[in-house]
Amino acid sequence: MPRTSREELMRNLQMMSFVLDDIALFLQTHPTDQAALRCYEKYRHLKREAEEEYMNAYGPLREDNVYVTNRWTWADMPWPWERQG
Amino acid sequence: MWTYDRKLQYPVNISKPDANSAKIIITQFGGPDGELAASQRYLSQRYSMPFKQVAGLLTDIGTEEMAHMEIVCAIVHQLTKGLSLEEIKAAGFDPYFVDHTVGLWPQAASGAPFTAAYIQSKGDAITDLVEDMAAEQKARTTYDNLLRLVDNPEVRDPLKFLRAREVVHFQRFGEGLRIVQDHLNSRNFYAINPEFDMRKPKSGS
Repeated sequence: MPRTSREELMRNLQMMSFVLDDIALFLQTHPTDQAALRCYEKYRHLKREAEEEYMNAYGPLREDNVYVTNRWTWADMPWPWERQG
Repeated sequence: MWTYDRKLQYPVNISKPDANSAKIIITQFGGPDGELAASQRYLSQRYSMPFKQVAGLLTDIGTEEMAHMEIVCAIVHQLTKGLSLEEIKAAGFDPYFVDHTVGLWPQAASGAPFTAAYIQSKGDAITDLVEDMAAEQKARTTYDNLLRLVDNPEVRDPLKFLRAREVVHFQRFGEGLRIVQDHLNSRNFYAINPEFDMRKPKSGS
């Protein structure tokens, strides 16, 4: 089975991360909204899964996730502003 | 401090360069209502904001604006990468090209350089939040105008996302203003400057 493409995994991660960004902003001004708090918990979990799935397949998203061998590889992958494909 | 995430907040994938669009979209990088101005406005205002909740809002939105600046720069970069000299001349992109080639430099669509004069940090919670609400509307109008001028769906898609965020930020700043007013004398919100005159301000509730 072909592995999920970089673009697909990134898209999924971007969606999950965005849900967190938007709910966190809502919670800043509605700190006791129970539905929003539950939603944040749910998507925090989904975002972590999406992040791990991406990183396992296509490499680190943050510098402290770089797998250290005998060479620094952080710059090996495409930068996010580059055209994909 | 900040930690860099190697991802855009919203994807940008533009398959065809277009100097005409790049020339106008760059205004949301370094123009009067652009994302650089937005990020520096909110991230400067937060230090003296006496209500913790509202300082948190300024931090989160200011941080998101930096991510938006990266999206706008990615759009301009992809729109200018691989342009031929003929395309550069035909689109009237040559005045930018002569100074910056196809590097990213913060300027308005008119060519005016980015300046801190585009933003205000007044040290007054009400003044600053009203400025921030106006800033979000000005940015929203700018995205509306860009969407009137740009046809390529690959370019319009991230512009629509950015436009929608201006609307959400306007709403959140309005709520921030309400939170500030809840701490003040409801008979005269302007009797004092809460950032200067309240010696022991309550923390955000």
